[in-house]
Amino acid sequence: MSVFERRLLRDANFGLTGKLFKVSWSFIALLCALASIGYLALYSAAGGAAEPYATRHILRFGFGLVLMISIAMIDIRFIARLSWLSYAVGVGLLVMVLRVGHVGKGAQRWIELGGMQWQPSELMKLALILALAAWFHRASWERMGNPLFLIPPSLAVLLPVGLILKQPNLGTAVITAVVGLTVFIGAGVRWWKVLIVVGMVGAVAPVAYSHLHDYQRARIDIFLNPESDPLGAGYNIIQSKIALGSGGVWGKGFLGGTQGHLNFLPEKQTDFIFTMWAEEFGLVGSYALMALLCLIVVGGMLIALRCRHQFGRLVALGISMNFFMYVFVNLAMVMGAIPVGGVPLPLVSHGGSAMIMVMIGMGVLMSVHVHRDAEFGGGDDDGFGPRRFG
Amino acid sequence: MKREVERTGVFTRRALMIGGAQIATLGVLAAKLYQVQVVEGDRYATLADSNRISARLLAPPRGRLLDRTGVVVAGNRLNWRALLVAEQSGDVAATLDRFAAIVPFADHDRARVERELRRHRRFIPIILREFLTWQEMARVEVHAPDLPGVLVDVGTTREYLFGSSLAHIVGYVAPPAEQDASDDPVLALPGMRVGRAGMERRHDAVLRGRAGAVQLEVNAHGRVIRELDRHEGIQGQDVTLTIDAALQRAVLGRLGEESASAVVLDIRNGDVLAMASNPSFDPSVFNSGVSQAQWVEWTSNRRAPLINKAVAGLYSPGSTYKCVVALAALDAKVMSVGETVNCPGYLDYGDRRYHCWSKGGHGNVDMRQAIKVSCDIYFFESARRIGIDRLAAMSNRFGIGVDLGSDLPGARKGLMPTRAWAAGRGEAWNIGDTIVCGIGQGRVQTTPLALATMAARIASGRMVVPRLTAGPAVVAESLGVPERGLALVRDGMWSVVNEQAGSAPLARLGPLASPSFATAQMAGKTGSVQIRNVTREQREKGYKSENLAWEFRPHALFIAYAPHDAPRYAMALVVEHGNAGAQAAAPIAREIMIDTLLRDPGGQPPPRVQARS
Repeated sequence: MSVFERRLLRDANFGLTGKLFKVSWSFIALLCALASIGYLALYSAAGGAAEPYATRHILRFGFGLVLMISIAMIDIRFIARLSWLSYAVGVGLLVMVLRVGHVGKGAQRWIELGGMQWQPSELMKLALILALAAWFHRASWERMGNPLFLIPPSLAVLLPVGLILKQPNLGTAVITAVVGLTVFIGAGVRWWKVLIVVGMVGAVAPVAYSHLHDYQRARIDIFLNPESDPLGAGYNIIQSKIALGSGGVWGKGFLGGTQGHLNFLPEKQTDFIFTMWAEEFGLVGSYALMALLCLIVVGGMLIALRCRHQFGRLVALGISMNFFMYVFVNLAMVMGAIPVGGVPLPLVSHGGSAMIMVMIGMGVLMSVHVHRDAEFGGGDDDGFGPRRFG
Repeated sequence: MKREVERTGVFTRRALMIGGAQIATLGVLAAKLYQVQVVEGDRYATLADSNRISARLLAPPRGRLLDRTGVVVAGNRLNWRALLVAEQSGDVAATLDRFAAIVPFADHDRARVERELRRHRRFIPIILREFLTWQEMARVEVHAPDLPGVLVDVGTTREYLFGSSLAHIVGYVAPPAEQDASDDPVLALPGMRVGRAGMERRHDAVLRGRAGAVQLEVNAHGRVIRELDRHEGIQGQDVTLTIDAALQRAVLGRLGEESASAVVLDIRNGDVLAMASNPSFDPSVFNSGVSQAQWVEWTSNRRAPLINKAVAGLYSPGSTYKCVVALAALDAKVMSVGETVNCPGYLDYGDRRYHCWSKGGHGNVDMRQAIKVSCDIYFFESARRIGIDRLAAMSNRFGIGVDLGSDLPGARKGLMPTRAWAAGRGEAWNIGDTIVCGIGQGRVQTTPLALATMAARIASGRMVVPRLTAGPAVVAESLGVPERGLALVRDGMWSVVNEQAGSAPLARLGPLASPSFATAQMAGKTGSVQIRNVTREQREKGYKSENLAWEFRPHALFIAYAPHDAPRYAMALVVEHGNAGAQAAAPIAREIMIDTLLRDPGGQPPPRVQARS
């Protein structure tokens, strides 16, 4: 290891100033821009008022930003050590929410804590990413070829996915599974093995459909033909498309959206906030917002690519994918391209706990970036069993 | 280290693939968005508008009716209504239940609503309740979330500021009949009223106006957020009547408790200044619905409050008719001015004896005297000489038995018999029938309006045509009756009131506190119309009509004009079963004429025609 490298390492490990210097402020600027769009959209959703959504939204974001930067200061190796612990906590919370959670919209999803409703599944996704990254971090090339080595991480994915499905929360379960799969792919699992797993899931899908709750099946049915139920569950999709379409190229102008302001648009401050935005700012505004979201995803991927250790790479990949999946599911949902799934648009939709969870994830992502050159132990190991990092 | 490099390479490749897939996915979404926002944008824009815009027809404000001085006699007043749009209501029955729990909602109202719901298309608002108080309206508004499809709006309702005193002339409005509503979509609007009687009916087309439309922005719950566009439609035009509302009220007051009617005309132009029919009714009741009990009371009342007796009440003209008989006799040259007829109190002709009202007779009377004392024998003899057809021709010139072109719905033209008329009915016309016509009894029938017209034509010698709608000044053409005869008849009528032994001394005006009419004198003619023939037996027993039951007593009539030297106002008065014209009608006629002269409605500036508000 060269002297130069040692200096870098010291800089990375010691000195808060140095760490702050390494934070990607341009990435944070993108997040701030996204939250500002959220402020505007929520201001409009409240009928042209900062209350009750917009002010709280921006205050929460400020808090989340502090939280994010604080987490970014934590050594990624310390976070790595907590991977399996957080996984265990996540699974524990998921079990708990099934027993004592709040029922909302026909599903048990929430735990009340600190005046906010928390979805343990959000924490679970982050914990799963950490756990999978920790597992694959120490995977040697030979071991990756051993099918048995893939069984524990597969089970680690299936357990929380199963618990989330049981709530039932189809959207989050799918996102969780896709995020897990992404980490598998990033870790270098061979494509044919990936395809086998995907194929198996595809084969199970019809069976799963028959076991779905009625409201979930209704969502899928209406997705296939929204006009079949114009006043029922299909109403949301139809009204959302009307809002989007009537926005046209240039939109109806800020606070000028009729679909949103006249309450034709359901849940406009949460799930359908993008529709609200697109109705008022048109194709131009919605493309700008999509471009911003895309930049954040790309920024996360760049952090992954620039990281010099496998753990950080996989964590950054997983978190970026998680963010992307949020964006994709939400946008596709409001455009009527996939069934409505109760997935908010990160940092734009109203909702406290979701924002805090996103910002915690961004904190971990930024920690990867700050500690991108950290020297990691545990790589290329040749034995099973618990591993120590550092 | 080599393996680490290899692993980094694999990760980089795969991360780039995943990143590419992500961007591609977003690209697909962007394309989808383009499809929705641009390619199908117009379609969705239309859908958004149809979501939020709800178009409704606006009932045009109904034109007002004004009296000749511009005073509003029929106007519009705000009316808060609860409407139901079935299409927006979902479960209509449940909504009606909840509505009934919030504000009073009678069962018959509910039955009507259910009937209308079946009749109208589901997007047509139906009136649940009208005339909501502020409190009721507030309650409905507060409960709006529980009352889907129920909306409160403000309409107008007809207001009759002179109530019963103008009821017969103004008429009333009522909801349109079903067949009307199918002709004109405006009539299907809730609260739309059409004129059902009187001038409201006569001028309905002008008063109604043309419907407007309003485009409202509504939210997802059907609540109106704001108005986007409004075409007020064309307000109904105001119509000015010739009536002087103050005089009308005074005249009706003079009729007191009698079952009577009176008409006052402006001789110069035929303007009907007052037309009272007593008893009257409250026209606003029709607007909100007439109760069964009220209807029975009206229709069974023998004083017939719903009938405008001034135009629809048919009476024999009685002795008032003698003026026309005199002119017909002169015209036919069967009587000369100075020729006398002896009146012994009766006239025997054929196998029948015709009695004069004066049992002892009047002795020798000439034409002027015959009018003054209302000698029956003179006019029996005149009529006999004239013959019915010539008498009818002269009567028609004075408005008896002809259509006066009255613009009031329900006006009747009365009857002036002729030989041809009798032949048409397959009846024989005997000379006796002609003789009784000579004193305005028998078949001849007329209305108070026609009697007033007759008085106006005698006074002016012109073809005065009565009118209720104000119009430009007209100069009526001459009747073509020689002035000499007219002057004689007028002199006779003057003597009836103003000379010693005239038949109606109670009608003498006396000095008036009016600059223009201080010394005005009234000319007039009494009339008493028997309902039943008086038999010989009754006469011998000392017949007195006062002793008869009310409905068998003779009608009391009086026609008059004033001032005698320069006639301005003509009038006719009929007091049903009032016994004698001289006693029952003349004093009232005097009061009415004094009211008219003091107010001098015709001397005021000419009425504004079709004035706008």
